[in-house]
Amino acid sequence: MEKSLTHIALFAALIAALGLMPSMMLATGVPISGQSLGVMLCGTVLGAKRGGLAALLFIALVAAGLPLLAGGVGGLGMFLGPRGGFLIGFPVAAFVTGLVVQNLRARVGVAAFAGAALGGIVVLYAIGVPVMAAHLSEESVAKMFADLPAYRELPLPVALCALFLPGDLIKVVIAALVTATVARMRPESLLSRA
Amino acid sequence: MLTLTSPVETWAHRWPAGIKLALLCAATVGLFSLSGIAALSGALAAALALIASGGRRFAGESLRMLRPLWPFVALVALWHLWLRDPGGVTILLRMTTAVLAANFVTMTTKLSDMLAVFEILARPLAPLGLSPRLIGLAVALMIRFLPVMQQRSAQIGESWRARSARRAGWRVLVPATMAALDDADRVAEALRARGGAG
Repeated sequence: MEKSLTHIALFAALIAALGLMPSMMLATGVPISGQSLGVMLCGTVLGAKRGGLAALLFIALVAAGLPLLAGGVGGLGMFLGPRGGFLIGFPVAAFVTGLVVQNLRARVGVAAFAGAALGGIVVLYAIGVPVMAAHLSEESVAKMFADLPAYRELPLPVALCALFLPGDLIKVVIAALVTATVARMRPESLLSRA
Repeated sequence: MLTLTSPVETWAHRWPAGIKLALLCAATVGLFSLSGIAALSGALAAALALIASGGRRFAGESLRMLRPLWPFVALVALWHLWLRDPGGVTILLRMTTAVLAANFVTMTTKLSDMLAVFEILARPLAPLGLSPRLIGLAVALMIRFLPVMQQRSAQIGESWRARSARRAGWRVLVPATMAALDDADRVAEALRARGGAG
């Protein structure tokens, strides 16, 4: 009980700390921040339920007005901006990542790689990209749902997210490496496999 | 850790947080059902009037908070110029208005008031084991450990640089993650020793 609580709170703080670390630059000039890496680690290390709750706690405090997102920004406006879908998707991504690590019968590193790729990329993009497309569409949202071809703005967000894909793939690999190392050095602490 | 609440007192600081959030929801739904340049320009003018009512310093601060939007503004503008399509204007108007309005609520509401509203909203979750008391404790713990985590990731990075000429890269994440796990265990013990969280 207390253990779940403290793990959730401290990993929420870890997502924030990773996001506020100076970001690395890819060769393409796209900055990659540690924020979504933190979300993946929540899932791979804490498992589905605790990891999802840690990411939920993190976005709740961003919504409440703490500048915890990469670049020192935050507040309700971030949820209404074009990247809002990715924020909303964080808890779902961590949950799915944890679910894979818990249930996939494979070595921890392999399971963490698969989980982080499915949760941190597939699921996160599946939520984030349509929201971004809706923001970048000139039609009102109501009209877009009535008339799906109105999604003609889709190429722009897809292109945007393709820019971030290489960075996210690197993060998946890092999440798997970190999880495998934690599993080797401190197996009893890896709650997703406990 | 500083919050985004503006130190400049405005009339909106005195409004209850719940009412501001409800109004923001209604305004956002309204905004996303609007289309047409005229209607959306009106909405943006209203949002600008709202932040202007807080005085010059407040308005300046809220405009600075739009900075995460700039890459999107640039991209949307370029994309629509390339398509020779004037539709980009409505997109930019709607996006800016929505973010301005939401930031206005964030800037005029204290963190504690906002969290109090969240706790009320989370009340239906109490039967699932997420009691308001636990949520409050988790929030307090996270805020307390934010500077601890930041400081420690910086220290781990520094000691890496002291030992090695190579770049630290992902390796510093392993000690950072394990330190977080250890801290969580110790804080849990400390909580239990003081009567538990339940």
